[in-house]
Amino acid sequence: MTIHQLSVFIENKSGTLVKVLKLLKNEGIQLIASTIADTAEYGICRIICSEPTRAYDVLKAAGVAVSLADVFAIELDDEPGRAADAIEIFAEAGISIAYLYSFLLRGKGVLVFRTDNAQAAADAIKSHGLKSIPESDLYKLV
Amino acid sequence: MAYSEFFNPELETLSRPQIEALQLQRLQDTVCRCMGSPFYKKRFDSIGLKPSDIRSLEDLRKIPFTTKQDLRDTYPFGIASLPLDKCVRLHSSSGTTGNPTVILHSARDLDQWANAVARCLWMVGCRPEDVFQNSSGYGMFTGGLGFQYGAEKLGMLTVPAAAGNTRRQIKFFTDFGTTVVHAIPSYAARLYEVMTDLGIDPRRDTRLRIFAIGAEPHSEEQRRRIEDMLGVKAYNSFGMSEMCGPGVAFECREQNGMHIWEDYYIVEIVDPDTLEPVPDGTVGELVLTTLNREAMPLLRYRTRDLTRIIPGDCPCGRKHRRLDRMRGRSDDMIILKGVNIFPIQIEQVLMQYPELASDYLITLETAEDNDTMTVEVEMKEQFIDDYALLQNMERNITARLRDEILITPKVCLKPFGSLERSEGKAVRVKDLRKKY
Repeated sequence: MTIHQLSVFIENKSGTLVKVLKLLKNEGIQLIASTIADTAEYGICRIICSEPTRAYDVLKAAGVAVSLADVFAIELDDEPGRAADAIEIFAEAGISIAYLYSFLLRGKGVLVFRTDNAQAAADAIKSHGLKSIPESDLYKLV
Repeated sequence: MAYSEFFNPELETLSRPQIEALQLQRLQDTVCRCMGSPFYKKRFDSIGLKPSDIRSLEDLRKIPFTTKQDLRDTYPFGIASLPLDKCVRLHSSSGTTGNPTVILHSARDLDQWANAVARCLWMVGCRPEDVFQNSSGYGMFTGGLGFQYGAEKLGMLTVPAAAGNTRRQIKFFTDFGTTVVHAIPSYAARLYEVMTDLGIDPRRDTRLRIFAIGAEPHSEEQRRRIEDMLGVKAYNSFGMSEMCGPGVAFECREQNGMHIWEDYYIVEIVDPDTLEPVPDGTVGELVLTTLNREAMPLLRYRTRDLTRIIPGDCPCGRKHRRLDRMRGRSDDMIILKGVNIFPIQIEQVLMQYPELASDYLITLETAEDNDTMTVEVEMKEQFIDDYALLQNMERNITARLRDEILITPKVCLKPFGSLERSEGKAVRVKDLRKKY
C-alpha cells in the first residue's frame, strides 16, 4: 500500500542539492514532489520521483547518502477540507505522523506521509475507503 | 603442524632478573659503541661521563636524554656510531616540522629488526601457512619494509600491496587468500567500506583473520569496530622510525597492552615536565634506549608518546612488560581554552555511537577572539531519516563530549563519504586558530 520515497542526507552547502538533482536529470528520472526542511548544518531531501529504485541505485553509485523509505500516498479530491478529513481519520486511530507533505497532480490532491505504525495506517485507509495510490499509477499521472 | 607459541622461545620467556642482566650487558656494549658517534662522544666528554661509569641499570640515569631536536641538529649522519660504509639502509622522516630525521641501519640491524617484527606477528598467531598483505606505504615509511622483512623472516607468503588502490587490495584478498593484513586503522575501516560497495562480505568471501593496526592513535572502540566489521582479530602495533619502525611493542593474544621487547629496549616512563620517572601504572612520556642496534644506537630517546606501563604479569607468560595504548603524543595534544585535549578522547566518545561511521574531523577556529572546536563526524551509509532523532543524537554527542573534554564543541553530522579520505595517516585535527 506504500510507495517508495528517496531520502537524501545533504550538507547545507551550496552545490550539494544541485549535484543530486543533476544525477537524476542525467538519467531522465523525473521529480514528482520534493521537500526539504531547513536546519543549520544539514537537511534531509525527500523525493517522490519516477523509477525510485533506479534513482536509488544511481545516487548510491555516485556516493550520495541515500535511503529508500516506504511512505503512504493518498489521493484526495481537489476541494477544501479533504486533507483535514483524511488526517482526522488517522488522528482518531491514534496514528502519529512523522512527516507529511502534499501536492497537486493532474487536478488531484496527493497527501504523502510517513508513520511508524504502518499496519494501523493501512487498516484505517481500508476501513474508511480512502484511496491510496499505487506507485505505478502515480507515475502514470505524471 | 605443531609450532611453539614463541618465535624466540629463550628470549621471550626470560625471567625478570634474566631480562635485567641481559639489559645491563647490552647497555654497556651499546654505550661503548656510542663512543664511535661524534654526537655521543662529545656529549659524554662534556659531562665527564665514561662508558665504564655505567655499572648498573640505575646508572642509565647518568646519561642525558636524546631528543628529536638532537636528531635534527645532527642531520643527516651526526649521531651514527658506525661509518657509512658499514651501513646498508637509511630511513628518513618527512620533516614537516623542521629538518627531517635520519636513522641508519647496518645489515645486522636490519636482521634484528626483521626478527622483532616476526616475533610480534608470531605472537598473535601468524604462521608460515599465512598469506600476509601489507597495505601500508613502502619507501621511507618504515611500516612498509619493516613488516615486509618481518613477515618474510617468519616465513609467510607476502603480498607487498603498499598503500592505496583499495579495489586492488580487495582483489588481492580474494584472489590470493590473504589471511593477515597490516594497515593503519583508518584504512582498515576504508577497506570495509569499499568491500561493502563491491558486495564482498569479508567473513564469507575472504580468509582474513588477523589485522595488525598501528602508526595512528586509535581507541579500543575503534579496534572493536574493525574486528566486528571485518570478522578478524585486530592487534595494536607500536613502533616509530627512530626505533627502526614497527616491532617495538605489540599486543599478544590477550589484547591487553603491548609487550615491549626488553631485550631490544630499555623502557622508562617519565613525567614530561620534570623528566623524573613515574611509577608503573602512571601515564608519562615514553623514553627508550636501544640495546640491539649498532649503526645508530639512541640513548634515552624522548619519544613524545604518552603511555603507561601496565602493572602486573600477563597471562601469556611473557615477562616483557606491557605498554598501554598510546594516549597520543605530547605534541598532538590540543590546548583549547587552557584545557588539554587528546583527539583520541573525542574518538572514544564518537565510536560508542553505532549510527556513526569511522571518519571524523576536529577543527579549531578563532571566532571573534574566542577559540572554538567543531567536531564533524560522518554517519554510516544507512543514515537516520528523522530530524528529531538526528537532533537528539547531536545533543547527546555534544553532552558526552563535554563530559569528556570539559569544553562544549559544536557537533556536525555529515553524510557518509563527505569528509576527505587520506591514503596515509588520517588527518583528524585542523587548527585554523589565530596565532599570536
